[in-house]
Amino acid sequence: MDELLKVEDINVYYGSIHAIKDVSFHVDEGEIVTMIGANGAGKTTTMHTISGLLRSETGKIVYDGKTISKMEPHKIVSLGLAQCPEGRRVFSGLSVSENLEMGAYSRKDGKDAIAKDFDMVYGLFPRLKERKNQPAGTLSGGEQQMLAIARALMGKPKMLLLDEPSMGLSPLLVKEIFRIIETINKDQGVTVLLVEQNAKMALNIADRGYVLETGNVTMEGKASDLANDPAVKNAYLGGAK
Amino acid sequence: MQFLSYLVRGISLGSVYALIALGYTMVYGIAKMLNFAHGDIIMVGGYVVFFTFCQGGMNPWLSMILAIVVCTLLGITIERIAYRPLRGAASLAVLITAIGVSYFLENGAMLLWSSEPKSFTSIVSLPALNLFGGSLQISAETIVTIVTSLVIMFVLIWFVNNTRPGHAMQAVSEDRGAAQLMGINVNAIISLTFAIGSGLAAIAGALLLSSYPTLVPTTGAMPGIKAFVAAVFGGIGSIPGAFVGGILLGIIENLSKAYISTQLSDAIVFLVLIVVLLVKPSGLLGKKATVKV
Repeated sequence: MDELLKVEDINVYYGSIHAIKDVSFHVDEGEIVTMIGANGAGKTTTMHTISGLLRSETGKIVYDGKTISKMEPHKIVSLGLAQCPEGRRVFSGLSVSENLEMGAYSRKDGKDAIAKDFDMVYGLFPRLKERKNQPAGTLSGGEQQMLAIARALMGKPKMLLLDEPSMGLSPLLVKEIFRIIETINKDQGVTVLLVEQNAKMALNIADRGYVLETGNVTMEGKASDLANDPAVKNAYLGGAK
Repeated sequence: MQFLSYLVRGISLGSVYALIALGYTMVYGIAKMLNFAHGDIIMVGGYVVFFTFCQGGMNPWLSMILAIVVCTLLGITIERIAYRPLRGAASLAVLITAIGVSYFLENGAMLLWSSEPKSFTSIVSLPALNLFGGSLQISAETIVTIVTSLVIMFVLIWFVNNTRPGHAMQAVSEDRGAAQLMGINVNAIISLTFAIGSGLAAIAGALLLSSYPTLVPTTGAMPGIKAFVAAVFGGIGSIPGAFVGGILLGIIENLSKAYISTQLSDAIVFLVLIVVLLVKPSGLLGKKATVKV
């Protein structure tokens, strides 16, 4: 399969803190790839660097054949690489439908195509349709997460970066969110890079995975292999059984 | 009757503050910076109208439009040259730069047009309104000023709540990073905000000078600072807040002048700022306002 995203030797600093150290990985078209790791391992930093909110001092990031490591964030989105950020970050003062409208901000393919995608995400998340005129700030945590994913989908991405979509959700909702991620990938052909602390669920739906520890990629492989790896089991899956 | 007349003139002065405060508050809400050069844009707008209309005899509407265009371009240019390179810098650096830009504009105007006061002729050529059998006279400038700022405020609220760029402004205001992840060009939105604010400053300048007709390079400084007080008073970041704050401040200033002391009126205005910051730091309509830019 074709490589859709290639991250090559990136190094990211916060002042004097070296947050990401020579990280390289790739995501092929159609895959779900997960990046697991503890708090502070650099997962969100990596995501922000891909989307252009942070800059790498070295290396490069290539998406769909184009080098994006020096591109402005909004241009990266318009290439079809969207991100649903950690902590949802919905626009609380805007209504649900206005949030979705913002997700489609960079699109130039006309009102009809956007209206179709409104129907698509409302189909995926019926709850959002019921609440489309409600300010996003009044939604529950689970609904906000759905809105955040729906909003990212409104950009009609070819690839979606999902940062901790299960954070702070009840087990039932986590299941629901992961089911939806699989749907997005299988039915709509969206390539997914999934950052998660819930390693078990993430490895369960992913094709491949990377383990990030204090800014380094320490392990990589097929998701099923990682899930059975003693070290991964110990550190991220609640111990070997 | 005397009181009513002071009140109406206070509302009119307050409307000018409101127009300036709208620019302050929108730029603060979206770019998260205090643009202390905002008041000086008023002065530039004033000179444009002075040279084209008062001296050049241009049609007042045309002259006004020209002033708006000049100020809009000036605002965008200032943002592009002085503030954009500091995006992500400490807010103190941006603040000091804004003060520098303010001095630059004032001194530039002095070099270009000298510090000699210019006598402004009103752009409003309508008769005054006589009420209660002539015992209350309201000048046309007063009425035009109040109506203009009311209309502008409603248009702005409509724009922010009902258009795509307006929604994008709210998104950038609330979470710049998330807005970027949605594909919103934050720099473009900030430019747009500066453009709107500066255009409003041009209108404010012409209206202010029509009622208070002395034009010098520092004409914009004091109204600019007072409009900032108005914006904080009303709740900085809030459009209705800027409007309410502006009107109240104008009334307070004018009534202080009339009943307490002309010399002390400015001190009283700034006392209001101190009291508001002590009692309700978020301002009258801060935070809870429905329209927060």
